[in-house]
Amino acid sequence: MLAPEKNWWKPLHRSEKTWVTVAFIWCIMLTAMMPIWFMSGRQNVPTVTYTTTPDEYKADVDAFVEEYGTGESLNGVPIVAPPPGSDIYILARQWQWYPILQLEEGAEYDLHLSSLDVQHGFSLQPVGLNLQILPGYDYVATIIPTTTGEFSIICNEYCMIGHHLMLGKIFVE
Amino acid sequence: MAASTASHDFESRTCTVTGLKVDLTAEKLIKANAVTAIVFLLIGGFFALLIALTRWQTVHLLPADWFYRLLTAHGFDMLVVWIVFFEVAGLYFGATVVLNARLVFPKVAWFTFGMMLVGTLMVNVIVLMGKADVMFTAYVPLVADPLFYLGIILFAVGALIAVFVFFATIVTAKREKAYEGSMPLFTYGLVAAAIIAVYALLSGALAYVPAFFASLGLMEVDPGYYRNLFWGFGHSAQQINLAAMVSIWYALAQITVGAVPVNEKLSRFAFILYLLFINLGSAHHLLTDPGYGFAWKTVNTSYAMYLAVLGSLIHAFSIPAAVEVAQRRKGYTNGLFDWLKKAPWKEPGFSALVISMTMFGWIGGVTGVTIGTEQINMTAHNTMRLPGHFHAPVVSGTTLAFMGITYYLIPLIFRKKLKFPKMASWQPYMFGGGMLLVSIGMIAAGLQGVSRRHWDVTFAQSPFTVDGLGTAQLMLGIAGVGALIAVTGGTMFMIVVLASVFTGKQEDANRLTLVSSDLNPLVTDAVPNTGKEISGDLLPRGTVVITFAFLMFFILYYFSNWWLLGRAWFIR
Repeated sequence: MLAPEKNWWKPLHRSEKTWVTVAFIWCIMLTAMMPIWFMSGRQNVPTVTYTTTPDEYKADVDAFVEEYGTGESLNGVPIVAPPPGSDIYILARQWQWYPILQLEEGAEYDLHLSSLDVQHGFSLQPVGLNLQILPGYDYVATIIPTTTGEFSIICNEYCMIGHHLMLGKIFVE
Repeated sequence: MAASTASHDFESRTCTVTGLKVDLTAEKLIKANAVTAIVFLLIGGFFALLIALTRWQTVHLLPADWFYRLLTAHGFDMLVVWIVFFEVAGLYFGATVVLNARLVFPKVAWFTFGMMLVGTLMVNVIVLMGKADVMFTAYVPLVADPLFYLGIILFAVGALIAVFVFFATIVTAKREKAYEGSMPLFTYGLVAAAIIAVYALLSGALAYVPAFFASLGLMEVDPGYYRNLFWGFGHSAQQINLAAMVSIWYALAQITVGAVPVNEKLSRFAFILYLLFINLGSAHHLLTDPGYGFAWKTVNTSYAMYLAVLGSLIHAFSIPAAVEVAQRRKGYTNGLFDWLKKAPWKEPGFSALVISMTMFGWIGGVTGVTIGTEQINMTAHNTMRLPGHFHAPVVSGTTLAFMGITYYLIPLIFRKKLKFPKMASWQPYMFGGGMLLVSIGMIAAGLQGVSRRHWDVTFAQSPFTVDGLGTAQLMLGIAGVGALIAVTGGTMFMIVVLASVFTGKQEDANRLTLVSSDLNPLVTDAVPNTGKEISGDLLPRGTVVITFAFLMFFILYYFSNWWLLGRAWFIR
């Protein structure tokens, strides 16, 4: 609040020097952890993205459901069982995830995500993985399910009045 | 710019506490902006109560449409209106009263106040009419009424003009030699806040102007582009708060215990770090977005190399150290923490400072850096961990700091005797305690997968069912109870401030600024702690212990989140 004395450019006190040094080392560690995990961790943020359009993406998803559909459905949403190693698709729209996937534990899949209308949030629970979904962007995540059971996809990006109805499923055996 | 050095005359009074000149026009502008800010804090706080009582599943107060509507208004009124109006008041205060100077372009300042007010009212009316249920973020391709965007643009341009009035005023103050030597640290920090404000508001214009044209059907806006520019505004806007809040921390430390920075150079350097690196943090919001590579995300989210975090870590040491040294100079030299025990805990400015710093750093800072880590963000993005995080720095940090300084603006600027001083003494504890429960409840619910901005965690009306919610409902209940307590604390603040401003006894604050005592550390009662080397009993040993304990907590929380991420499905 008050003006400092005339000559305030003074050397740091020992305690200040120590703290700034320790804090800076911690900052370097925080920085280093990301490339370290990038090279050695098994959970990294997907980077592959293609440009698409809602029509194009819808066609991709329809072809996918056609090819690997089990013929069964749950609440009107078809259940699809793609083979390990394949490209798999989920589309988000107001207010539904489509289709329902049946996957195998330990198998690798290339999961495509996009929206037909507004932005949505892909929140896989209780696994605890979340990705942003934008219309026009085909976001590809290479995933390996490591647990079995029934999993829910919650929409966690606000998408208007039916937002809290939007729930999808993935089954892993 | 007013380059004339001839006209030094302006209508002023002499402050009875500091002996400095107070420009009467500036004083009126400070009052107008501060009162408007507090009125919208009241409105936004009322919305907060209704929202919290809806997310508390047992109460589940509002219907879905009103929940989303009020959440939109709450975000705008709290994150933008309350804080920016108060900051404009702060800028005018720091540029005139603190510098003993006159405000240049007072007519422009009044005009821009009108612009911001009209913009605010437009946004609130449109949202409450149900024509903009798009949340504060208004992500395209969601479309709101064009007047919604226009209102925000009007507000932002108004704020930008206010920032330029501030710049013109400090330049003029220097030219007219209103003050001698270096600018006080308080104003220096505000300059940092104002510079950040310029690029935040420009970025906002680049997001909102296209969105406005999109709402008229004149163009299409790429959602990825919008998110990037929006957060250049939305995130940086909170960094304006950060710089303003830290300035206020230094001010509160000086007002309440007479603390001055142990090393001006270091404190000023920390503000420079904010200036240079903090806007990179906008990338925090884009970490799980498609379209970016690893390098872009990590360089930006880490503020180049956590250099803005380093700025905060410096303040985290230098402010408590300043308080400790000031206390030790008064003779409280026993042991490590005698200085803290003997601190003026009944003084609302002091308790607000301590609670604000603690909640900002231990909860806001630690959780923010952790979930802002590229890979860890996948576990947290858009869950309740997000609002749990940002309510700590924004509400418990910034808002409480602003509340704290208001108790001293009332005698100094409004020249009213503070009413209900006992209520004022308790207020920061009530507000901070409630907000602690809010943040912890939200974070714990988010860790169990609960989404933010969501009307019904039980998905009762969905064709599908979800199980495995664990104790999420209990946690949301804890956040709800916390919100009730915090709103009570907020109401206490409103009662003290509004009663004092409108019905308080008019008097010149004759040396008296503290609420809980007759001392005035700002002027004479503190032992001046400049000039002499700090050694022996005066060493801030307690602060060293506190900051290292903080670092341990930080490290523990940070690495436990990597462990948590490591349990998820494999993904790349």
